[in-house]
Amino acid sequence: RAQDKPEFKINGFDTTETPNTFEEITTYNNFYEFGTDKGDPAKYASALTTDPWSVEIDGLVERPGSYGLGDILSKMDIDERIYRFRCVEAWSMVIPWNGFELRQLLQLAGIQSKAKYVRFETLYRPEEMRGQQRPLLDWPYVEGLRLDEAMHPLTLMATGLYGKELPNQNGAPLRLVVPWKYGFKSIKSVVKITLTDKQPVNTWKAINHREYGFYSNVNPEVSHPRWTQSSERRIGGGVFAKRIETVKFNGYEEQVADLYKGMDLTVQY
Amino acid sequence: MAFVDVLNNAVRRIPAWPLYIVAVIPPVAMFYWAITGQLGVDPVKNLEHEMGQLGLQVLILTLAITPLRKYAGVNLIKFRRALGVIGFAYIFLHLLVWLVLDVQILSQIIKDILKRPYITIGMAGFVMMLPLAVTSNNWSIRKLGSKWRVLHKLFYPAILLGAVHFVMLVKGWQIEPLVYLAIVTILLALRVKWSARLRMARV
Repeated sequence: RAQDKPEFKINGFDTTETPNTFEEITTYNNFYEFGTDKGDPAKYASALTTDPWSVEIDGLVERPGSYGLGDILSKMDIDERIYRFRCVEAWSMVIPWNGFELRQLLQLAGIQSKAKYVRFETLYRPEEMRGQQRPLLDWPYVEGLRLDEAMHPLTLMATGLYGKELPNQNGAPLRLVVPWKYGFKSIKSVVKITLTDKQPVNTWKAINHREYGFYSNVNPEVSHPRWTQSSERRIGGGVFAKRIETVKFNGYEEQVADLYKGMDLTVQY
Repeated sequence: MAFVDVLNNAVRRIPAWPLYIVAVIPPVAMFYWAITGQLGVDPVKNLEHEMGQLGLQVLILTLAITPLRKYAGVNLIKFRRALGVIGFAYIFLHLLVWLVLDVQILSQIIKDILKRPYITIGMAGFVMMLPLAVTSNNWSIRKLGSKWRVLHKLFYPAILLGAVHFVMLVKGWQIEPLVYLAIVTILLALRVKWSARLRMARV
């Protein structure tokens, strides 16, 4: 595992763009478990208890079971990763995450050879997550990745930002970050990880498959029925900020394009 | 009924023109907050949404004036034109924010209008209100005669499109825009029943 780090630095996964401020990152969130307004998570997420926390890892793994968060963290290398973050709603940020590579966690549980996909689930606790008291989405929130996507060194399980503990509104205590995909793929407050041989049905795709695919790679060439995907607004630029062009795979094409060789990304969006 | 009479008497003494002055305050305040960083970290979206929502609220008030008189006896008809014009102005500002501060790029604006149903619908509602705003003056009413009333029935589909636009733009089925749509639908339905009853009366 120690060998992964230099490889990461050489590939230069960190963006050199200026990160958004801590305030911007923690007051402008989509986390419908706490409400649909961008400010709701910051207002209401303090009700969430994140300690104790454990992650159930099951399905096609060698060592299924409930993994305590403290236990997990003691075995992981925590890195800082400055990633671009692009929401499907056409806004974006630059976020200095702290976290470990998801593949480390999957290896901890041991991946069976039949496993092809990873399914993630968010906590369901309506008494602390007020948004879940209404049937806006089919709770709990579910996301999924193909195994090779999950094993990619860019794919992070974030535990903090700006060197601080991850705030609840950003998906504490443990969230996925897949920087080349639209933000909704980066599921928050994860309590369950299942390795499977079938493609998981992610929440938004189940609601509207025309708007949200399983892959949901950032792609300016694939039009979305409601938001233009060819450009984006970088949060923090103020009222007169110019829109910036959206880049394929959110700028991580060099690192991840190989995963999708031979696929028609306009069909498998 | 006493309260309604008091209200109607009070209204009689208030002119409509101060509404135009008061109406300037919210957009100016919001724009000031936006440029001074008091409108959150995404001031453009906030400005856009607030202007759109405020416009819809004022237009709903406009739509409520006739039923209010019919069913509650409250006569606010003298404010209707001002409200309609102000509501339109807010929607126009909402559109301007979207054009100039949000999307910015002309080719994308055109694509958005043609290809994204919620924008097409919102745009259609706006375009329908254009002739109404232009003819909201005494001269046009005199000039158009009975045609004026027919023309201004365009407001009904226009506000309905506005409410549908709001429902379509949010993710999932959120309650707030559905409440707006329900109010608009009820206010429109009250009118449908009416004209049916009138027709029956004539027969």
